[in-house]
Amino acid sequence: MSKDKFDYFIKGEKNNYEVIIGLEVHAQVSSNSKLFSGSATKFGAEPNSQVSLIDSAFPGMLPVINKECINQAIRTGLGLNAKINNNSVFDRKNYFYADLPQGYQISQYKNPIVGEGKVLLDMPYGSKEIGIERLHLEQDAGKSIHDMDPSSTYVDLNRSGIALMEIVSKPDLRSPEEVNAYIKKLRTIMRYLGTCDGNMQEGSLRADVNVSVRQVGDKNFGTRCEIKNVNSIKFMQMAIEYEAKRQVELLDEGKKIEQETRLFDTKKNETRSMRSKEDAHDYRYFPDPDLLPLKIEQKLIDDLKKTLPELPDNKKERFMSDYGLNSYEANVLVSEKEISNYYEEVAKLSDKKLAATWMMGDLFAMLNDKGLNISKSPISAKNFAELIQSIKSGEISGRIAKEVFELMVESGDNPKKIIESKGMKQQSDPKELEKIINEILTKNKDKVDQYKSGKEKLFGFFVGQVMKQSGGKANPQLTNDILKKLLKG
Amino acid sequence: MSEIVKKNLSEIIDLIKKKEIKSEELANLYIDKVNKSKKLNSYITTCFEHAIQKSKEFDKKPNLNSLLPGVPLAVKDLFCTNGFKTTAGSKMLENFIPQYESTVTENLWKEGAILLGKLNCDEYAMGSSNETSYFGSVVNPIAKDTVPGGSSGGSASALAADLTPATIGTDTGGSIRQPASFTGTVGLKPTYGLCSRWGIVAFASSLDQAGPMTKSVKDCSIMLEAMAGFDKKDSTSIEKKKENYSKNLKTDIKGLKIGIPKEYRVDNMPKEIDELWNKGKSILKDLGADIIDISLPHTKYALPTYYIVAPAEASSNLARYDGVKYGYRSSKGNDLIEMYENTRSEGFGDEVKRRILIGTYVLSSGYYDAYYLKAQKVRQLIKKDFDENFGKVDAILTPSTPSSAFKIGEKTNDPISMYLNDIFTVPVNLAGLPAISVPAGLDKKGYPLGLQLIGKTLDEQNILNVAYAFEKNCNFKNEIKNWWL
Repeated sequence: MSKDKFDYFIKGEKNNYEVIIGLEVHAQVSSNSKLFSGSATKFGAEPNSQVSLIDSAFPGMLPVINKECINQAIRTGLGLNAKINNNSVFDRKNYFYADLPQGYQISQYKNPIVGEGKVLLDMPYGSKEIGIERLHLEQDAGKSIHDMDPSSTYVDLNRSGIALMEIVSKPDLRSPEEVNAYIKKLRTIMRYLGTCDGNMQEGSLRADVNVSVRQVGDKNFGTRCEIKNVNSIKFMQMAIEYEAKRQVELLDEGKKIEQETRLFDTKKNETRSMRSKEDAHDYRYFPDPDLLPLKIEQKLIDDLKKTLPELPDNKKERFMSDYGLNSYEANVLVSEKEISNYYEEVAKLSDKKLAATWMMGDLFAMLNDKGLNISKSPISAKNFAELIQSIKSGEISGRIAKEVFELMVESGDNPKKIIESKGMKQQSDPKELEKIINEILTKNKDKVDQYKSGKEKLFGFFVGQVMKQSGGKANPQLTNDILKKLLKG
Repeated sequence: MSEIVKKNLSEIIDLIKKKEIKSEELANLYIDKVNKSKKLNSYITTCFEHAIQKSKEFDKKPNLNSLLPGVPLAVKDLFCTNGFKTTAGSKMLENFIPQYESTVTENLWKEGAILLGKLNCDEYAMGSSNETSYFGSVVNPIAKDTVPGGSSGGSASALAADLTPATIGTDTGGSIRQPASFTGTVGLKPTYGLCSRWGIVAFASSLDQAGPMTKSVKDCSIMLEAMAGFDKKDSTSIEKKKENYSKNLKTDIKGLKIGIPKEYRVDNMPKEIDELWNKGKSILKDLGADIIDISLPHTKYALPTYYIVAPAEASSNLARYDGVKYGYRSSKGNDLIEMYENTRSEGFGDEVKRRILIGTYVLSSGYYDAYYLKAQKVRQLIKKDFDENFGKVDAILTPSTPSSAFKIGEKTNDPISMYLNDIFTVPVNLAGLPAISVPAGLDKKGYPLGLQLIGKTLDEQNILNVAYAFEKNCNFKNEIKNWWL
């Protein structure tokens, strides 16, 4: 994993190619109601139970902008270090489909709410800046269900009208790994901001992936293909790999790439043509006459700026300087707001570095194992901090700590209580330890002699005996010191 | 036949307030005449049971402080009415019953009015003669072979024939003022945003405005007062406090400056129209107004601009009528696309299809800049013409239409000549201004003709006042002989 040099190139038969990727991420705005109606936006509700007359486009119905969605888009724009446009326009994108009740999607075409910004990625080969072209607000469509009945299609309009942010990157991504890092970073930023829950299973985050290839060293972009509506990072990566190889093969054969829209077949792991450039829709964009141009006062932007939480990039720097973490540790611990909060709580009460190590090791392994989010962790931050402190102070050994940890997971109890009740406290009294060690040395006089005559490997044997005798509670460092002293004598 | 139905709305309100007539009696008088007037084809749907029930409720507990106490009213069938068919004059919505009430009609009911029925109109309000309605042509009570104008033709016909004491229409390019002119009635198109568009079947969103159609200017002020008001459900609605148009109505227009735009004297305009216009000028002059010649140089571009902007918006607004959710769905077709094609081919009439095609064309990539974008720029210039002149004048006087009512079938095969009917009315919609058409005289056939007063943004009170003063001094008399009874 830890490569210090970027090396994602596709070797064709003749040439070596670089892959150029741009993403259009569709992120569902976290809001209680839809972009232009008061309908609820809960996931998993009964089909067509969250549909208003506006969402289903009844005659004479008119859209009214939901201010909360505007604020969320502005907050997201600020989180992406982007320019917020004081004037933007909602346009109609016209096309017919059964799950598009209005016959048009209200979107933003020429004048989006958010302009250029940037996102910083931490790659093993260094940090990389990915440009954001724009962010605009638009309505989601409903859902056509084709497999409920052999002869008809069912339509669920619960999603119809839900606010989406389309975040368009510049063609700055160069590998599936970078795409992975980019999506995760976007998701982290939006989760910190509370503007999108980033739940890909529920469709809150999807992307159209633009892929082209060019010979290494070439300055011009090749012809791109757009892979529509990919809903997991894994599928995005698979689609990119397939698509890049397909394009390289065509170019190697001396053929041309046709600009087209393609679909990723997750079962066959391949992309296939959906429509060519000639068949591309003419969406007949024009400003929606039902909505006035959106004017955003600078004051609103300034006020929202003040409410922004500390974002991952800043938090990472702070973690490194305040807590002495390295870049990797800091990255992992800021990757989710809840994780960073947990860590900070623990770090305040215990050893910062040791806390990081234990969180990223045993705690994450346990959560992962149980499929739990850190907010559902059976070990509270306070208890976890006490555990770290017990290790740090030498009260228990690392090995015992693992046992205590297990018991904490099972019972949710305070570690002190567990250590007390189970008598797991480390034996750190030198006099007591010396007594035990002396007994062992007396009992194993033959081995002591062998050790003294040069068989130093036996040292481990003595340590083992001490541990056995003490029920694993002997302080390892102290045991070593005393053993060495007594064996010398 | 009772003489009461001939009365103006304000007179009827007085009768009710003085308890000289009950709401139920009144409803029955109109119901009786509507039942005998089927030849005019002005009603698409009658709501008589509802009207009787509501009028009885009113009579039991009359609230005489409301603006329209117990008054039965029929409205254009473009306003969605909760529980009553709303067809927009189209086969597409032949059996569509909304489960919601348009804001404007809701406002009327809140003021005590009672729904009597839904009035015929051009399909989706697209037409100038009410001949594009799926429910058939409407006849102008002026003469049996003439159109009432459009698109609010059913409203104008019903009003002139005393089948409703007042009514409301919608005006996208003249659809209130032109039929008012053709039927000798008063019609006002308010400032864009004064009346909510919520619940009105949309034709062209940036132009559509609901407005009153009445037998007198005073009636017009009462109706406007009742229907107007800010509505947060319509993002283009203007936030302002309600005005008492009827209370503030006055005839003193001394010193008001009335502009006469030279560009409204068009080629081949009948001499009668010119004479009528001069008559209007001299009446206002006699009342103490200053008549000032002005120029609105971009007027000639208004009609082509309108016939780009309105169809463009319509092509998108009508996309929702696809057979999927409500309304007509063709039973033919093997897949979704065929279902769409058949539904829309069978559900829409020719004029609607023509405008959808025009609108789709002007928005298409490669044509957008040349047509739609350019039209929007010209629209700004037209608005600027008005803005600049409203520094100099308080209102503008023009003819309402370039001719009087024409014969049914006369222009149906000539869309351009049909569109030319809107030549004096469309600039006002493009500029979003208020304008009223008042009856001003009869041509030699005895058909009424109207004059139009155009006002500044939200200056409805002023044009109502001028129209009121004009009406008092014009001595116009509609000669409707109830020939169809």
